[in-house]
Amino acid sequence: MALILTEEEQLLKTSASELFKSKAQIAALRKLRDEKDPLGYSKSLWKEMSNLGLAGLTISEAYGGLDFGYVGLGQVLETCGRTLVASPLVSTVLLSGTAIQLGGNEAQKKQYLPGIASGDSIFAFAMDEGKHHNPENCNTKITNNLISGNKTMVIDGHVANYFIVAVKDEKGISKLVVVNAKNEGILVEKIEMMDSRNLANVRFENVKVEDILDSYSSSTNLIENVLDVARIGLAAEMLGGIQEAFSRTIAYLKERRQFGVPIGSFQALQHRAAEMFGEIELCKSVVIKSLKAIDNQSDDLPKMASLAKAKLGETYKRVSNEGIQMFGGIGMTDDEEIGFFLKRARVVQHTLGDTNFHLDRLAKMKKY
Amino acid sequence: MEATADKKDLKKFRKETREWLDANCPESMRQPITGPEDVYWGGRNGEFKTPDFKIWFEKMHAKKWIAPHWEKQYGGGGLDRMEYKILTEEMSRLGCRKPLFSFGLSMLGPALLKFATEEQKIKYLNDIVDAKIRWGQGYSEPGAGSDLANVQTKAEDKGDHYLVNGQKVWTSYGEKADMIFCLVRTDVEVPKHHGISFLLIDMATDGATTRPIKLISGKSPFCETFYDNVKVPKENLIGTEGQGWDIAKYLLTHERQMIGGIGETHVPTPVSDIAKKYLEIKGDVMTDAVLRAEIAKFEMDEAIFDMTIERVIDEAKAGNNSGALSSFFKFYGTELNKRRYEIMVACQGIDGLAWEGEQYNHGAIAKQFLRTKGNSIEGGTSEIQLNIISKRILGLPTR
Ligand SMILES: Cc1cc2nc3c(=O)[nH]c(=O)nc-3n(C[C@H](O)[C@H](O)[C@H](O)COP(=O)(O)OP(=O)(O)OC[C@H]3O[C@@H](n4cnc5c(N)ncnc54)[C@H](O)[C@@H]3O)c2cc1C
Repeated sequence: MALILTEEEQLLKTSASELFKSKAQIAALRKLRDEKDPLGYSKSLWKEMSNLGLAGLTISEAYGGLDFGYVGLGQVLETCGRTLVASPLVSTVLLSGTAIQLGGNEAQKKQYLPGIASGDSIFAFAMDEGKHHNPENCNTKITNNLISGNKTMVIDGHVANYFIVAVKDEKGISKLVVVNAKNEGILVEKIEMMDSRNLANVRFENVKVEDILDSYSSSTNLIENVLDVARIGLAAEMLGGIQEAFSRTIAYLKERRQFGVPIGSFQALQHRAAEMFGEIELCKSVVIKSLKAIDNQSDDLPKMASLAKAKLGETYKRVSNEGIQMFGGIGMTDDEEIGFFLKRARVVQHTLGDTNFHLDRLAKMKKY
Repeated sequence: MEATADKKDLKKFRKETREWLDANCPESMRQPITGPEDVYWGGRNGEFKTPDFKIWFEKMHAKKWIAPHWEKQYGGGGLDRMEYKILTEEMSRLGCRKPLFSFGLSMLGPALLKFATEEQKIKYLNDIVDAKIRWGQGYSEPGAGSDLANVQTKAEDKGDHYLVNGQKVWTSYGEKADMIFCLVRTDVEVPKHHGISFLLIDMATDGATTRPIKLISGKSPFCETFYDNVKVPKENLIGTEGQGWDIAKYLLTHERQMIGGIGETHVPTPVSDIAKKYLEIKGDVMTDAVLRAEIAKFEMDEAIFDMTIERVIDEAKAGNNSGALSSFFKFYGTELNKRRYEIMVACQGIDGLAWEGEQYNHGAIAKQFLRTKGNSIEGGTSEIQLNIISKRILGLPTR
């Protein structure tokens, strides 16, 4: 298995990148932010993305998808990361689509996946219950097909048609359940975040459940598996942001002059840029390798996911900090776009476990 | 014998200072500062946010402790270095805020004390202490950031006044400044460092305008300032024509000490306390082992940096002063502050990254965190400080 893209995957990346070039530059995110857009993403862009098949990349053909795989989805996420595209791709496709595809039975897949693939249904994945990612911390209970509990950091929770909720049954066994957002007893509070994407806190009070996703060998493994896939997807998004922030910084080092020379001629900056280049090379490897691990259903998935999320989180932090520092005063302004990467870096880093969380998890996997 | 008498006096001074501060500093003025809106800046349009701000300023003003170490004729308290150190220590101990935040006190004042005429000192220093004028710093220009000596704003000699034309940028609180101390070019014939002068410009003068710039924190605490045929009286020149670069550098050492946190009386909440508030602790041990180690290392560096400030100030008192050391303080202090906020945000997890909302204190932490990224840029970047250390302290050769 070579660590390169196939021709089709390369083509997909190019067409996504062309779409975003004309429709979803950072200016688009700025506009959503400044206009306090209630959705937090552009419906027409999402429609176009879906028409291109992006929402159905990982969904089987039998359910309206393209069966293209996660390497493909990873390329699209990376491309989104470059211009910080706000869309339901992470919530609906990466998290929820994966959960249903992995954990749903035939009928459930038939019911939900075509809506995801066509871009018509928005799904939100409700997992965490505190300010730090912690899958073990689950106090949302299911009894008699009714769930109650408080979920935090629910991506796109404020626009979802359906929720996939992590709950525990009376025996303390973790489950993923599907809830229709129209059902009674759901209280959604949208939160504006630093990166101008929306998260929501969602409260469930005796809410009726539509379905339980229990066609996976074990339900705990199902949750971990979904999370690992999503962590790798987020790492792919981060790779896009990192590369873009870095190339903008390099361009600025060539263009900005002080002391009669381009600032990029100062060795103090050159060496730091060269070191970042090296870190980014590492990032590319772990992202492609872990995306392939998903498609190959590798046993190494948990390890790959934590390696990817830890490394990319660390590097995004470094590259986005250095970006502002190397831009100098201009980097601190809202007009200059380099700061948007710093903001996204911090939020995406905290989503589904920050670097510390994953370093600790890696250590635990090796039992030290 | 003399030394013991001195010691006794200082002991007495400490006791009296502590008692006075405790009796006079309102409780609310001992609370942590939440941001730049939460301090008194003075000036023509100065406002006290609450009555306690006014009480505290007026008490300290009457006591002559706005500029405790300046001489009395300039509105100062005439304290010697040891007394000043004790006052600072006692203010820190009680957590007293500074009664007045002012670029006049921390930047312009020291430069005036060294370079201004007696007449200028009496006038401007007293106005600073009385909080009559709010000052801004007009150094940087679009083409003169790190290469500050490249300033192009021109001041032409027109007999009784200078005619100023040009643009400054990143002027902190420029729209609120009554006056700005500016680096201007008075001579284009000589090498760039020798053609600069130090001029005080009243922003109420015709032709001086400002335009706010929005920061990544969403706030607009700095400005572009424009000078279009602005007439500035000749007597507003500090030092001589062409001496501007020396004055600028001298002032920068004070600015850098301020940004590096030197002379700060307010003690920030220990990072470890913040961590305890937000993170899981099992049997006195934080479960996030990686962050725990990071915090411990931060607190080590922070504590020892404070000791270093103390040692160097004491050494300076004994006559060993190196201006270049301010570059080290500026570098280390600002990098530390950035680390502090990285850790604070990490402790609060996703809550620390919220931007709006009552329950998230309207994103205060996220916004402060973003603002700290400017610490290693303003007042001369970290890179420039490291260059100065290499050149001036280590004596490393240049190409
Ligand atoms: C929050 C904030 C408040 C400010 N307030 C004021 C104010 O009140 N008044 C005022 O006059 N100015 C103010 N400034 C401006 C500040 O002093 C300048 O931004 C700073 O000096 C850097 O200049 P620059 O922005 O032009 O960056 P540049 O000089 O263009 O620097 C860009 C990058 O190149 C690096 N670089 C440049 N030269 C070298 C070198 N020789 N070796 C290695 N690296 C180098 C820099 O370190 C930086 O990383 C403020 C800035 C900020 C961020």
